[in-house]
Amino acid sequence: MNKITFTLNHQPVALELDPSMRLLDVLRDHFKLTGSKEGCGEGECGACSVLVNGRVVNSCCLPLGNVNGQEVVTIEEFAKTKRYQVLKDAFHDEGGSQCGICTPGMIMAAESLLNQNPHPSDEEIRIGLSGNLCRCTGYNMIVKAVHLAAKKGAGLW
Amino acid sequence: MVRHIIPKTLQEALTYLSEGTFKIMAGGTDLMIQKRSTAGLPPKIGQDVIYLFNLAELRYVSRGDGYLKIGAMTPLEDIYHHPDTPELLKKVIYEMASPGIRHMATMAGNIGNASPAGDSLVALYVLDARIKLQSISGERILPISDVIIGVRKTIIRPDELIAEILIPVDNFNVIVWRKVGGRRADAISKVSFAALIKRNAEVIKDIRIAFGAVSPTVVRSRQIEAELNGKSITELRNMLPSILEKYATAIRPIDDQRSSAHYRRQVASNMLRHLIEKEI
Repeated sequence: MNKITFTLNHQPVALELDPSMRLLDVLRDHFKLTGSKEGCGEGECGACSVLVNGRVVNSCCLPLGNVNGQEVVTIEEFAKTKRYQVLKDAFHDEGGSQCGICTPGMIMAAESLLNQNPHPSDEEIRIGLSGNLCRCTGYNMIVKAVHLAAKKGAGLW
Repeated sequence: MVRHIIPKTLQEALTYLSEGTFKIMAGGTDLMIQKRSTAGLPPKIGQDVIYLFNLAELRYVSRGDGYLKIGAMTPLEDIYHHPDTPELLKKVIYEMASPGIRHMATMAGNIGNASPAGDSLVALYVLDARIKLQSISGERILPISDVIIGVRKTIIRPDELIAEILIPVDNFNVIVWRKVGGRRADAISKVSFAALIKRNAEVIKDIRIAFGAVSPTVVRSRQIEAELNGKSITELRNMLPSILEKYATAIRPIDDQRSSAHYRRQVASNMLRHLIEKEI
């Protein structure tokens, strides 16, 4: 079988696994990176969000073969950055994280959005996070948190 | 033993396709869900798979020969952000799925999947898009309506891949897209509707209307459109009952988990009525 090579959290990795495996399963089962969650398993809830080449993707419908040669970053690595600290503090201050299961995905989607658009409008935040479901907050607190992060972290994105 | 091939070049991909029968993996956003098994296990694809998503040769948006040319593996989000993408297509992509899916999903995937509810297909029908199918022995360029022939059925041969989508560069006075779904993001259409119109002050010069998710394939009737072209706007409005009736016989909606045939028929009719009464 072909080896799949890519960078995972900035480290080169080479795997001999079935390339049709979901990236989500490879992250959780093989690498024990359990920050990415399985919610719906069909691309509708965003709990499995990771970054590929800096853009948010649903790792539950991403075959391992499609990350060959690409850069994958999970919440575990992103948590080491300043931008994460700003987002984390903003989610904390605005009550944007309650039960917490959607939070890693929300943070990754927010990072992807702010990467492309450092000063998003309300509507742009809602679209940027439209693939991420939250059953606790009613979303307004999360939208406020992203606004706050964009403001407090100005210059970081 | 099922083979998994990740070709590095288009030529290599075409060679593999000429020698065996493969399931083509584009962005994976439909296929991975259709073939999903339990968590931790690979999907049940059950045949050789070829992964084309990262083929750089199929990732581009460019203009030439009067067409906007979209490389088959270009993610929807990149098509959306390209300055030359037609406004109708932007409207459609904007309401498809969510950013995480749009970073992976491709229009070629939408075509190859040939779901009656594939949103980008409705736009491609009214835009008169053409599809370039390529094999080791050559290429053929066909109208989208000749490529898709039924529910999940296309005329694409096992040795062919979708290489490019060609959209004629054109301008329209009226550009309408309506998607009816359970929610704004991540919804599969219950009914969808696209219309493009060229008109001068009084007269319709070119009207194109298509419905999605109400028949095995997208419904666009060139015959009905031909009867409407050249009419004044007043004449068109006076013809409304007969226009509604003609399209009512052209569509064949079904009951399924997302909606009912009755609802789809009524909403399709309402959208067409609204176009003619209010939007032309």
